[in-house]
Amino acid sequence: MARVVVDVMLKPEILDPQGQAVQRALPRLGFEGISDVRQGKRFELEVDGPVDEAALARIRDLAESFLANTVIEDFTVKVEEGAEVAEAAK
Amino acid sequence: MTARIGVVTFPGSLDDRDTQRAIRLAGADPVALWHKDKDLKQVDAVVLPGGFSYGDYLRAGAISRFSPVMDTVIEQAKAGLPVLGICNGFQVLTEAHLLPGAMLGNDHLHFICRDQKLRVENAETAWTGDYRQGQEIHIPLKNMDGRYVADPYTLDKLEAEGRVVFRYLDMNPNGSLNDIAGVTNEAGNVVGLMPHPEHAVEPLIGSGRTDGLPFFTSILKKLVNA
Repeated sequence: MARVVVDVMLKPEILDPQGQAVQRALPRLGFEGISDVRQGKRFELEVDGPVDEAALARIRDLAESFLANTVIEDFTVKVEEGAEVAEAAK
Repeated sequence: MTARIGVVTFPGSLDDRDTQRAIRLAGADPVALWHKDKDLKQVDAVVLPGGFSYGDYLRAGAISRFSPVMDTVIEQAKAGLPVLGICNGFQVLTEAHLLPGAMLGNDHLHFICRDQKLRVENAETAWTGDYRQGQEIHIPLKNMDGRYVADPYTLDKLEAEGRVVFRYLDMNPNGSLNDIAGVTNEAGNVVGLMPHPEHAVEPLIGSGRTDGLPFFTSILKKLVNA
């Protein structure tokens, strides 16, 4: 089993009021010097079998058609290295 | 002769029954459609009602858009079947790319529920023929994800082609670009809007206005005269 991570973020030109609300709360928590926060989504896909080019191509299709709405969002797909190690450390 | 207008029920739809009632009040026959059925029961038009289908998980309308009924709705809408999406239905239509743009959370991050003033910007779609161009109407608005966005090229194209069907007046309740409350596709058979015409069809309830009823009489006339 391998883990593929799909990160989805609003496009830079799209207003993100949730991110702004988080950013505005930071000074109250004593965090200074953070000028902008943008909030996105992370999907962790546990893939049965090998993550070869064909599997990644299918996941990219899935991300483009379903996990992200490319009218408003960008996405990245990456294979998480050492996923099993992290699992064992829990 | 009258027309048969389907209303799809998704898991989490809220306004399917109100929509059926509005269709009946307008003089047409409402037909209940189920999200798991590909069969549209030979209806003459379809309404995707408001609500929170699939809990708005992932994005509002994103999961419903892949339901079996939508395969048929998308195919037939492209062939000219009149389709109206109200609120969550509008979100489903943008997710299905039957309408351009996308819906995002209100810019103020709150749920909003109010009687909203709108201007009818296009009285020539399948669903707006009984309005006058430029008519000002009040119908209820109630949503969390009502912020209409599209890229500048798409916005210019919509404005130039008269495809903005409704615009918010007096105030912009959710940060929608160009105060857009509803849009149509190129052919004018698919219309989506955030406010709820089905909640403004009887003088006894709500604001006492019936400003939403022309949606349903418009489509009836269009179908019967076709």
